[in-house]
Amino acid sequence: MRDLLWLVPVFPLAGFLVNGIVYLFSHRTRAAHPPADQPAAESSQAAGHPHAHVHLETRPRRKTLHTFVGTGSVALSCVFAFGAIFDLGIPALASGAHHVLNLWRWIPLGVNQATGQVPGPPGEWFVDMALRLDSLSALMIGFVTFVGFLIHVYSVGYMGHEAGYGRYFAYLNLFMFSMLTLVLASNFLVMFVGWEGVGLCSYLLIGYDYHKKFAADAGKKAFVVNRIGDFGFILGIFGVFALFGTLDFGQVFAAAASNPIAYAPWMTLVCLCLFLGAVGKSAQVPLHVWLPDAMAGPTPVSALIHAATMVTAGVYMVARCNVLFRLSPDSLLVVAVVGGFTALFAATIGLAQNDIKKVLAYSTVSQLGYMFLACGVGAFVAGMFHVLTHAFFKACLFLGSGSVIHALGGEQDLRRMGGLARKIPVTYATFLVATLAISGVPLLAGFFSKDAILAAVFEAHFPRAPWLPKLLWMAALFTAGLTAFYMFRLVSLAFYGTFRGTPEQDAHVHESPKSMTVPLVILAFLSIVGGWIGIPMLPGGDRIGRFLAPVVPALAGARPAEHAPAVSLEVALMAASVGIAMIGLLLAYLWYAKGDGGVPARLAARFPAVYRAVENKYFVDEAYDALFVEGLAKGGGRFLWEVDATVVDLIPNGAAAVTRGASWLSHFFDQYFVDGAVNGVADSLQGGFRLLRRAQTGRVQNYALVMGAGLFCIVAVYLIFR
Amino acid sequence: MTITINHFLVVSFLLFSIGLLGVLVRRNFLTVLMSVELMLNAVNLNLIAFSRRLSDLTGQVFSVFVITIAAGEAAIGLALTISLFRQRRTLNVEDANTMQG
Amino acid sequence: MHLMGIWIPILSIVTYIPLAGALAVVFFVPKERTGAIQAISTVIVLVDFVVSLPLWFLFERGREGYQFVEKLSWIPSLGVDYHFDGISLLLILLTTLIGIIAVACSYTAISTRQKEYYVLLLLLQTFMIGTFCSLDLFLFYVFWEVMLVPMYFLIGVWGSDRRLYAAIKFFLYTLAGSVLMLLGIIALYFYNTTGFHSYKGLGQPPTFSIEKLTAVAAGMPAELQIWLFFAFFFGFAIKVPMFPFHTWLPDAHTEAPTAGSVILAAILLKMGTYGFVRFSLPMFPDAINTGWVLAVVITLSIVGIVYGAMVTLVQKDMKRLIAYSSVSHLGFVMLGVFALNMAGLQGGILQMVNHGISTGALFLLVGMIYERRHTRMISEYGGLARQMPIYATYFLIMALSSMGLPILNGFIGEFTILQGAFAKNFWWAFSAATGIVLGAAYLLWLYQRVFFGEITNPANATLPDLTAREQLTLVPLVVLALWIGLYPKPMFDVLRVPSEKIVAAVGGRTLPSPALARKPAPERDPSLAVEASRP
Repeated sequence: MRDLLWLVPVFPLAGFLVNGIVYLFSHRTRAAHPPADQPAAESSQAAGHPHAHVHLETRPRRKTLHTFVGTGSVALSCVFAFGAIFDLGIPALASGAHHVLNLWRWIPLGVNQATGQVPGPPGEWFVDMALRLDSLSALMIGFVTFVGFLIHVYSVGYMGHEAGYGRYFAYLNLFMFSMLTLVLASNFLVMFVGWEGVGLCSYLLIGYDYHKKFAADAGKKAFVVNRIGDFGFILGIFGVFALFGTLDFGQVFAAAASNPIAYAPWMTLVCLCLFLGAVGKSAQVPLHVWLPDAMAGPTPVSALIHAATMVTAGVYMVARCNVLFRLSPDSLLVVAVVGGFTALFAATIGLAQNDIKKVLAYSTVSQLGYMFLACGVGAFVAGMFHVLTHAFFKACLFLGSGSVIHALGGEQDLRRMGGLARKIPVTYATFLVATLAISGVPLLAGFFSKDAILAAVFEAHFPRAPWLPKLLWMAALFTAGLTAFYMFRLVSLAFYGTFRGTPEQDAHVHESPKSMTVPLVILAFLSIVGGWIGIPMLPGGDRIGRFLAPVVPALAGARPAEHAPAVSLEVALMAASVGIAMIGLLLAYLWYAKGDGGVPARLAARFPAVYRAVENKYFVDEAYDALFVEGLAKGGGRFLWEVDATVVDLIPNGAAAVTRGASWLSHFFDQYFVDGAVNGVADSLQGGFRLLRRAQTGRVQNYALVMGAGLFCIVAVYLIFR
Repeated sequence: MTITINHFLVVSFLLFSIGLLGVLVRRNFLTVLMSVELMLNAVNLNLIAFSRRLSDLTGQVFSVFVITIAAGEAAIGLALTISLFRQRRTLNVEDANTMQG
Repeated sequence: MHLMGIWIPILSIVTYIPLAGALAVVFFVPKERTGAIQAISTVIVLVDFVVSLPLWFLFERGREGYQFVEKLSWIPSLGVDYHFDGISLLLILLTTLIGIIAVACSYTAISTRQKEYYVLLLLLQTFMIGTFCSLDLFLFYVFWEVMLVPMYFLIGVWGSDRRLYAAIKFFLYTLAGSVLMLLGIIALYFYNTTGFHSYKGLGQPPTFSIEKLTAVAAGMPAELQIWLFFAFFFGFAIKVPMFPFHTWLPDAHTEAPTAGSVILAAILLKMGTYGFVRFSLPMFPDAINTGWVLAVVITLSIVGIVYGAMVTLVQKDMKRLIAYSSVSHLGFVMLGVFALNMAGLQGGILQMVNHGISTGALFLLVGMIYERRHTRMISEYGGLARQMPIYATYFLIMALSSMGLPILNGFIGEFTILQGAFAKNFWWAFSAATGIVLGAAYLLWLYQRVFFGEITNPANATLPDLTAREQLTLVPLVVLALWIGLYPKPMFDVLRVPSEKIVAAVGGRTLPSPALARKPAPERDPSLAVEASRP
């Protein structure tokens, strides 16, 4: 079974190919020939109106095919993933067993000669196409395939009426392939394959409604901003390759661990480059701008890609490279600061958003910041733990919001919702559970992972900035409160009070079909129990820490074992976080569910500048747009194009002008001086010979006569002068 | 009366003169050609007469050459005549004046 | 090569099949029979491709030295030989493949003077293959120059509005470079024989053999090498084209007919980089290893990458946009070649092929839409994804290949090039990698403006999607892109031995000992000693 590991990503790939090709070629014939069952008048109208065919639904049989291929391939992938995991055995994985599957030699680079600034071991350099199953990737493929499968099932209901049904499933399958490649990769470059692949799928899925400009714009923005991150990531990969002569995780980390002093000087640079990749992929400040815009994609996509799986790839990568990051305390410091700042920054923006998906998007950014904060203080396990729990409750929240949007016929504005709790009870219940989980209510999933992070931050130690951990801890604690507040604000606005939308919407509200509610229930269940694998204080708890230990040693380096915090301190910290979460919940409930939103409105009126800044996301988008898009890229491009057309083209055009000038001069000289002499002679001769021309009559007999006369003359002269 | 070389020369001269006159004054291309033939034959007569008088066969040999060439000349001349006729629909020599300078 | 004991001059056969076809068309096919002309041309290029395929299988990967060598004496008094070899295997195969596509994409695109058009196309192919095969500098120069003529007519006669300006600019610009190169060749020739100026010649028998002259040039004094390096440099750099000699390229690309653009992008630009690899690197190692010379070349390459990408970003004309992106891509190739190590050089050569595939395909795609709408302006389009989904799919694949997405060909090239550059200097890789970000930006923006959004222009609402023939011309390129992306090892196998030879010749003067080979006394910090993976 473990040798069939390659099938885990290949099933979705096959699904992508089947769905994609079937969709592509069947779609075209439909566009060219309107269905026969349409009346003639209608089809002629369809021909006149170019988009008419798009509104047609996919034919039932083809739709069934797409459904089965799309969800079936992911289901198979899930089965094979768990098969491989259980084949190795969870205890074995926890004790360090791993399985590397070398598929083929991918890029042979030949014999390296160390030629420049960066030292590297000489020898044969190559990159293999290889997969690796160890505890970390086992954790990832486990939840990626499972949550992925649930979201595929949910999509069957949610996307059922779309004409691009097949296209949607093709992209989603391609995403699963890329994501699984990313997490199963055995070396940096294969990881980069998945890394770019998920970026591409994100682009395609955000731009799923490509005919809407904002969706297409958002997709492009996501890809380009991700590319900035990838730019760092690939530089980091080059650094690793140049330093270690290999990209294989096992070899690189073993070498780094066995000879830390030699590699340490380079590690800050390499790790910061790698981290830039993570910043892009996981939407951290300053590259966070794409994720909120990415909400233009269909809601299940937001759940799968922009909450549960893809955006956590950055955290996964940092955790995977923890050996390298530990060699560079400075880079860990940067990770912690960026993570902590992003957590707080995004949470404040989340307070003032009115779009249900935007709130969740900023919440995601904020939670990702939490995960990086954990990694930054060396608590990689806590970070990964939060990745897992976050995947459950955030997927549940997004799918729940999708269900709300579905029920309201596409309405996303919180100001036009309200009182939905009674109308869509399943959605409400699951949404509430997930909200409590993310807020850190005790015994739910988010509580344990968030608590682990807060404790680790509190205990952290930065030699360069001893005051920093406490500051970060306060920020994180405050973020926890904000999270609870804006999440419960969302719940209050959507589910409590009275309905504020149009009467038509009110009449239309309905609970979603089973294919959507069943995944919601499962995810809500996981949001409750998902954290129980990481309970720190119980004996036999912290299973996740022990499971991941071979790849991600728990807190090593940051907190030596003998300085383990007292239980009383942990309890105190826990009480603080629970307390602030409760305050957040209560305030939100009082202000939005019980009250009429008057308190926050007065607050906003009191501090208009602050409110405007928060509401507009601190104007980061606008600043980037002016500075980088319009300024540096387009402005620079236009300027350089001008330069190209004038200055650079000066060389050939100047040469041409000089040549033309010189030719003109030569021509002038030629005409009046050289030609003058030549023509003078020619003209005088011409006049003389014009007379002689008369002799040429063209008549044979004239010539003969002249000849005869000549002969006569010669003979006469001969006879006379003999 | 014995026939001396002078007789031959007189005949030859007359023939040549007739031929030359024909070439110069006749308008018809064919007649011009025939006149040229006359001139050539006058020359032949002349050559043979001298050959006989000087007992040197070179003259006769040359006359054979001239006959040969005359045949060729006639052939080419006729060919030219025909193509001229095809082009111009006339055999008038005066009309063939495209070489005028 | 030998087949059943009989020696077959396969390179000459590959080279002259198109010429023979051109002559056959000239003499035996009346110009009215356009169908027959197209059919014959297609058969000729197909046969040429099939005949060139054995090269791939018969090329001995591990062997050093020249292969498939053919040699005949040509001008003995000057030491000029007719001398061919097959080291440029990949480029020869690329040429024969692109030849098929160039002919196949012209059936409907070209409607005037078809006979002349196809004859010139076939002639061009002969000259291009000849250039890649030549092992004699004189022969090389002949092919190199004569190649301009058919291209000049292809642009000048069948181009679009400003075709004459573009054709003349192209011709004069490249000619100017070639003349300098000719001077360099002559200087080399005299250095080998009688000497010139203040340089005493070696007094050897006259020759134009590349093999011999390479050895001669590599032994020249450094300052003469620098002079000659720059003489060749201008010839090649203009052809590449490197910044700031690139301005002929957008004009020529934009005005040329589709097949002309495809050939220009896929093959003709490779002549320049090919020249650097085959001539400049092994001939002038001392010049290249002179600090400022390398700095000039690398700086121009990196400026080309970033500058080309920036200018690409604001183009309004699709063909011009892709043309400028070529400037950027070839900057990558140059950077890789002049990284002077295995990764960079192999990556550079592979990227030549990759660029031929991706950019060739993009020009082909633009040509297809141009045939339908007769405009290249991006603003005329929008929303095509809905009307032409298959076209949009192909375009997306090739755009992704061009921007270097993994498992497509461009990535392999860019990765190896940047790895080579990184090993040499961090900042080279850093500045060049910004080109990747910009590459995504300009291609996606182009894609968005052409394919996304609503169809606003009614002329686009009735566009037919690609025909089977058009797809057939694209499929081989897509397959190649995926093949190189997924399994480039066969390519590297072909490149390895020749690259090692060149790197040994030029890059040999390097720092010998990697710092890490001398391990400092392991002062292990227990917290850092992490067992990352156990067996």
